[in-house]
Amino acid sequence: MAFAAFATAEVQPQAPKKRSRIALFLLLPGILYLVLFFLTPLISLVLTSLQAPSEFGDIGQFDYAFNWQNYVTVVETYLPHILRSFGYALTATVFALLFSYPLAYFIGVKARRWPLLQSLMLVLVIAPFFISFLLRTLAWKQLLSDESFVITSLKALSLMAPDAHFTGTPFAVIFGLTYNFIPFMTLPLYTTLERLDTRYLEAGSDLYAGPFTVFRKITVPLSMPGIVAGTLLTFIPAAGDYVNASRDFLGGPDTQMMGNVIEANFLVLLNYPAAAALSIILMAAILVLVSIYVKRSGTEDLL
Amino acid sequence: MSGEVQAAAVLGGFTESETQEDNAPGGIPRRRRIGLGDWLLPVYTVLAFVFLLIPIVYTFVFSFNDSIKSNISWRGFTFDKWLNVCNVEGGAVCQAFTNSIIIGLVATVIATVLGTMIAIALVRYRFRARSAISLLLFLPMATPEVVLGAGLAAQFLAVGVPKDMTTIILAHTMFCISFVVVTVKARVSSLDPALEEAGRDLYGSPSQVFWRVTFPLLTPGILAAALLSFALSFDDFIITNFNSGSVSTFPKYIYISASRGIPAEANVIASAVFLFALVLVVAAQVSRAARAKRLAKLG
Repeated sequence: MAFAAFATAEVQPQAPKKRSRIALFLLLPGILYLVLFFLTPLISLVLTSLQAPSEFGDIGQFDYAFNWQNYVTVVETYLPHILRSFGYALTATVFALLFSYPLAYFIGVKARRWPLLQSLMLVLVIAPFFISFLLRTLAWKQLLSDESFVITSLKALSLMAPDAHFTGTPFAVIFGLTYNFIPFMTLPLYTTLERLDTRYLEAGSDLYAGPFTVFRKITVPLSMPGIVAGTLLTFIPAAGDYVNASRDFLGGPDTQMMGNVIEANFLVLLNYPAAAALSIILMAAILVLVSIYVKRSGTEDLL
Repeated sequence: MSGEVQAAAVLGGFTESETQEDNAPGGIPRRRRIGLGDWLLPVYTVLAFVFLLIPIVYTFVFSFNDSIKSNISWRGFTFDKWLNVCNVEGGAVCQAFTNSIIIGLVATVIATVLGTMIAIALVRYRFRARSAISLLLFLPMATPEVVLGAGLAAQFLAVGVPKDMTTIILAHTMFCISFVVVTVKARVSSLDPALEEAGRDLYGSPSQVFWRVTFPLLTPGILAAALLSFALSFDDFIITNFNSGSVSTFPKYIYISASRGIPAEANVIASAVFLFALVLVVAAQVSRAARAKRLAKLG
């Protein structure tokens, strides 16, 4: 399981496991809950995605059917949104990895001698979690708006065209996604780097490997579980996010992602089958991408 | 997933990981090369933290803005918004905030109880369909929130359940359970079985052993899991948006008022919550470091 790899606590050898009716009593309520409120909703999402409009119904009234056509229609209508979702999420994941790796390396490896500093830095990494992520995103919107100090100075220095905008562009959305998911990348990276045995690095340089070779051949392979976990934790929520891309936040009309059209179809247009079909496509695509990625990176024991 | 578990550990200040001993072989001083890397990385780290904290500082500063309606341009410093948080828009911000707290508390209690039970069963017992159950626990964490939200909403629609506070609580409990299981499971696995054995040897009945030995030992893990659940529930917007009907929560309030401008009172509430959480976590970390130092001295 993914979690075993990152459990920070030392695992104690357990007494041989017993079979008991107590297990059933302990498991049943929670598992039943997840079946009722996670599994059946997924099934009802599949059923909804195949619905057809009621013949004499109002807007938002549908009958159960086997209407595969819904999938074709949403792919035809929303292909740009689908591609955008995965493109933005992938770019944001790469940026978050580049941003987080040195940070996690410093906290996990260089700061080992000062445990208090280390834990305070970890608090700073998760500090953004303590403030509503919508407000954080809005703060960036204000800070990077056309009238803001940053943008006006960039324009004054001719680093930006005078009529260019930052908010409302794909860059802004990718920037927001990167910022919002950085802690999800940094924490798993930190967890694996914290356990990195630095003697391997010394051995590498004793064998005349340059710092770059040591990093590429030793540090990166040893931190692979953290890289895989961090990229998944960033990519999955980023692909489904619709706050950053929303027009009231960092996005514009041309930056709408899958989440935005799912929300619009479900809550505004009341086109439930389209929203459901898009959700199923999003989930299926993520599951396929994730399983290929996990297989190829050779960390199958993660899942 | 694991990132959140780490977050929970930091939140609770209960990280069990031992800091590795300095790996330099005994006696031999390590070669030191003062190079680019020696100051580049610390400087980068400071800059990275500045970047991460910019929006937080912005939100905090603008909670003191003497704004009239929307809180976009700086109009002067005032304590007014902090003193009269609930006076704006007939207390809409405070109503949303109260709803968020109630939802967070109820969802946290249910998720923590159910999740802790599952975690104990997973570590301690053998049962059929273990891999199916593990998958069922893992999937909610690997599913995008928009899919979870739309799925539940589709189900409530199909069954004809009206959306209100209850549906939000049901939704939040659902996505919190898996995170509780992961967090508590780590704690159960790290328990020393000898302690419970000692309890049994001293003629403790199974329930006595559980409530007097096992449960107190699990408390830090359960507490961390509860904190994580509350944080996840309190900040959730996407799943809430699909299952809330006309009920407002704090994140939903912000999303809806984003188009017409957020009142400074929202910044006040967010800043207060931030400061409260920060003090809590830093205190936990500092006391943990002090405890570790004491133990090191004894050992």
